[in-house]
Amino acid sequence: MLITCPYCGPRDVIEFTYQGDGNRERPEPASQNFEAWNAYVYDRLNPAGDHNEIWQHSGGCRAHLRVVRNTLTHEISSVAFVRGDHGSGARRKAEDKP
Amino acid sequence: MVERQSPLEPEFHVGSHGNFEHGVEILLTETRPGSIVQLAAWPGEEKKLIAAIRTVVGLALPDGAGGGMSDGAKSVFGFAPGKFTVADEAEGLAAAFAKAVTPDIGTVTDLSHGRTAIRIAGPKAEWVLAKFFAIDFALPAFPVGAGRSTVHHDVFAQIHRTGTDQFDLYVFRSFARSFWKALCHACEEVGYEVQ
Ligand SMILES: [Zn+2]
Repeated sequence: MLITCPYCGPRDVIEFTYQGDGNRERPEPASQNFEAWNAYVYDRLNPAGDHNEIWQHSGGCRAHLRVVRNTLTHEISSVAFVRGDHGSGARRKAEDKP
Repeated sequence: MVERQSPLEPEFHVGSHGNFEHGVEILLTETRPGSIVQLAAWPGEEKKLIAAIRTVVGLALPDGAGGGMSDGAKSVFGFAPGKFTVADEAEGLAAAFAKAVTPDIGTVTDLSHGRTAIRIAGPKAEWVLAKFFAIDFALPAFPVGAGRSTVHHDVFAQIHRTGTDQFDLYVFRSFARSFWKALCHACEEVGYEVQ
């Protein structure tokens, strides 16, 4: 499986660390809403198809990435920085694309 | 200047090794930069950091991810969004950057003692590195001057292409000897010279 990092380009999955389900919403740290905490910790969509995920390019630029991966085919349909505020220099030039 | 001890020393054997009867196709050296510095810009301050690099080392970074260059003595390349590695034969780079990179622009981390720089050169350099790293070493994908962050097993490595057939590898100092031994083994079948 290859993940095309917006900074580094296509890299083998061994360079990445899975950081969990990208659909979760973390409650405010001081929240006493146990239902919300329970959902954050345990509830998963577990789709057979496209899934929003967070991956870190831990063996590369170390950026955190939003990845949409198909759980049936491993096809990656989208990769973006979790942080949207990296400058234009953080992206590969069009001609570098594989 | 105090002579810095090399972590490679017990395994650093000058001369020709491996299958070199038909000539050596790899040259290995430790470049021992006096300074290795890592710079990181706060979001939105990347251009100011690139300007500071130009002021301090006189190298104008090309635009784009992984862009970099080298003038022989000084090298600079991007290794992550808004982050750059700068190396210099001379000492004192961190102090110079600490003045130019003000706290509102970003951070300066002195890695001069934390990284070991190994240069691999020669017609088979690409071929040997391809055994180590799952990245594209072909010139169009990895042009001269560009930098890459990747791993060999769990040893993080930054690779700076400083020539068509030449790469400077920056690895953790504590892993450098083990990495060096592995690199020497990988070079054996083509014949290599340590200088
Ligand atoms: Zn990356």
